[in-house]
Amino acid sequence: MNNSAFVLMLAASMVAATPIALAALGELLAERSGVLNLGVEGMMLIGAVVAFQTGTKTGNLWVALLVGSLAGAALSAVHAVLTITLRASQIVTGLSLTIFGTGLATFVGKSIEGMPLAVDFRPTPWGPLADLPVIGPVLFKQDPIVYATIVLGFVIAFYLRRTRTGLSLRSVGESPATADSMGIPVALFRYIHVLLGGLLAGAAGAYLVLGQVPSWSQESTTGGLGWIALALVVFASWQPVRLLLGAFLFGFSRQLNFFLQGQGVAVPAELLSMLPYLLTIIVLVVWGSRDLRRRVGAPDALGIAYVRDER
Amino acid sequence: MSDNVLPGTTPASSRGVALAARGVTKRFPGVLANADVDFELLQGEVHTLLGENGAGKSTLAAMLCGLYQPDEGQIYRSGKPIRLRSPREGLAHGIGMVHQHFRLIPRFTVAENVILGDPKQSLLMKPGEAERRVGEISERFGLPLDPRAVVSDLTVGQRQRVEIVKVLYRGADVLLLDEPTAVLTPQEAETLFATVRSMTSEGKAVVFISHKLGEVMAVSDRVTVMRAGRVTGEVATKDTSARNLAELMVGRPVEQTVRRGTGQTSATPYLEAHAVRLADAGRNVLDDVTLSVHGGEIVGIAGVAGNGQRELATTLAGITAPTSGSVRVGGVDIGGKGAKAARHAGLTFVPEDRLGTGLVPGLSLTDNMLLTRRRSFFVNRRAARAELAEAIERFEIKAPGTEAEARVLSGGNAQKVLLAREVSDAAKDGDVRALIVSSPTRGLDIGAAEFVRELLHQVRVDGGAVLVISEDLDEVRSLADRIVVLYRGQIVLSGASEELTVEQIGMAMAGVKE
Ligand SMILES: Nc1ncnc2c1ncn2[C@@H]1O[C@H](COP(=O)(O)OP(=O)(O)OP(=O)(O)O)[C@@H](O)[C@H]1O
Ligand SMILES: [Mg+2]
Repeated sequence: MNNSAFVLMLAASMVAATPIALAALGELLAERSGVLNLGVEGMMLIGAVVAFQTGTKTGNLWVALLVGSLAGAALSAVHAVLTITLRASQIVTGLSLTIFGTGLATFVGKSIEGMPLAVDFRPTPWGPLADLPVIGPVLFKQDPIVYATIVLGFVIAFYLRRTRTGLSLRSVGESPATADSMGIPVALFRYIHVLLGGLLAGAAGAYLVLGQVPSWSQESTTGGLGWIALALVVFASWQPVRLLLGAFLFGFSRQLNFFLQGQGVAVPAELLSMLPYLLTIIVLVVWGSRDLRRRVGAPDALGIAYVRDER
Repeated sequence: MSDNVLPGTTPASSRGVALAARGVTKRFPGVLANADVDFELLQGEVHTLLGENGAGKSTLAAMLCGLYQPDEGQIYRSGKPIRLRSPREGLAHGIGMVHQHFRLIPRFTVAENVILGDPKQSLLMKPGEAERRVGEISERFGLPLDPRAVVSDLTVGQRQRVEIVKVLYRGADVLLLDEPTAVLTPQEAETLFATVRSMTSEGKAVVFISHKLGEVMAVSDRVTVMRAGRVTGEVATKDTSARNLAELMVGRPVEQTVRRGTGQTSATPYLEAHAVRLADAGRNVLDDVTLSVHGGEIVGIAGVAGNGQRELATTLAGITAPTSGSVRVGGVDIGGKGAKAARHAGLTFVPEDRLGTGLVPGLSLTDNMLLTRRRSFFVNRRAARAELAEAIERFEIKAPGTEAEARVLSGGNAQKVLLAREVSDAAKDGDVRALIVSSPTRGLDIGAAEFVRELLHQVRVDGGAVLVISEDLDEVRSLADRIVVLYRGQIVLSGASEELTVEQIGMAMAGVKE
């Protein structure tokens, strides 16, 4: 029964959920500090292409993952400088980041388009646990990044709720003026969490080529996943654990699509390619109305630059 | 105000200087906010900063707590020169400020707000311990609070207590309170003064900023008067009087005059509410409110904050739709039809929260003047600028110029601009029949407050219907022809001002039935 199409689909959903969850967790950290980064898609692409190149050159998965993550962080550093220090518009900067990241990835990835990667993350069965019916393949036979992502979701939840730094982070995202008057270094907090966001987006991109489909294709590697990650943060009301669940649901629906195709039910491809745009619009609508944002639980100062000498 | 609050009793000579500023200057683009200011705060004293709107009080306090840095001059803490680069460094020196605009995070609990940014907290938070310590402080200084309550559920008075507990928790023994009573009911202000007393008796020093001379006389030991960024005098409270202080502050004698209408009112009311009920979350915020204001009279709504005044104002202004009942302006039903419909019917509404709903902080003052113009599609910038220039002169608005952004104005000056726009519009515009003003003089200095009252009076004399909503009972009594008291959304008392005593009104405000 563990080899039934449905159980395999559930197991694959976990894998499909992982990059979205990683990228979204990173974005959640940045947004909790009050910085919206619409460049997730761009950072994922850069992370993916750099990880692929590194993987080919070194043959070492972990080095490839690390370098890919750092590439994502490097791109987010641009966003941080522009929006935090120079106080440029977060929307415009983020969108430019995606355009820039996409262009750069296409350029760097030209030579490797369609090439396979020799190494990839493999599922590691947990001994006899992996043979349990249904939950065996779904929970105990996954690759390390899947587990790491789940753990990370809980760690971030704990960080936000129970630690002093997490409390400070939330205050920076809710009201930087208040945080500042309480002696919390607002800009530093924003920098760190925007960079962490970039790091995780880069890792998500890297995982796409190192774990999910070991090859690079500019067209389909991310396929709008960055936008979905952004939307996921909103749907999860900026709560990490809810975000994990949402990511799984999304992974599931993606796999369901393949599953249905296998059963002869076709979902029009146009509908799928519309998804990123649709989700972007939703994000922007929610983001655009302060009242709506508050109701869905967005950090109050999301998208607003902070200057001390102003009122 | 309160006669039972005694100023500090330790002789001034035996106390050390807790905090001092010498020759402090602060410039903002186009404004000299503080010019060569000397200020001295003794241990255990309450020292009031008094001055007109824009005199530079908030700016001085901000420099004393580390929020702003002086361009020139030096700050001293217990005689030693210090440089404060941030509020964090101020707190490290035991100096904490409670701002004119609260700095709290509504989604956090009281305890979370208090421990925020405390470097002594362990990395893993211990909510129980924080709550216990917050409870301790609030008890010791008479600031009743539930540490676990979420701040967005608290009243304004409670939020202010959180602010004070915050700085006390961080070990401050110099507290700067910027217009703390502007948002409080008289009862809450009394409680605050008791707290201030218990703080000074422990040797803490308090800088108090207020425009209300009664409280200044009651609560402070000394007063430093500022005008246009300079210190113009320093007096001990026991050697002066409220009248004297007013003169020092404005530079001329001021009187609060009682103004009454001519008694000639229009035959039909211009503003009417009939059996208005407004339900919110299963509770009646307004309950069967029937009220009418005729042309040529001022009706005052008195009551403790939070008894439905804000809702009454927005409902009468057409912004909030009543659950049942009707609202009419000049006979036209405008209930819930929006601010625009109400304006068309001839109603002007000056809301309570001026920066935010009334003024756009990022726009220039001229643009702000133009916001509500509805006479033509094209804007007449030159006319607006001229009008603004006139208002700046008449209201003595301290602004760097007509093109300055609204956000740079001091709290009181921002209000003056908005009032200038609305009230003087109503005064000269023939088709404005009704005017609703919430807390017309809150945060205004006495000179400006008198001027606003005179304006409202003019609207009345010219035949307009005016509804004044205010928590300041003296104000209501000095202006209104009729007074209506709201308690829990119901009208519990109404009558001609002359026929109601302060006691009657006060009891009605507190919900005591005779
Ligand atoms: N951040 C700023 N940028 C530009 N100008 C400012 C700024 N802060 C204050 N000012 C100006 O400095 C002057 C003093 O302002 P301040 O806020 O200290 O006045 P205040 O005495 O507290 O008045 P109020 O009683 O109205 O609160 C005002 O003219 C104000 O417009
Ligand atoms: Mg002020």
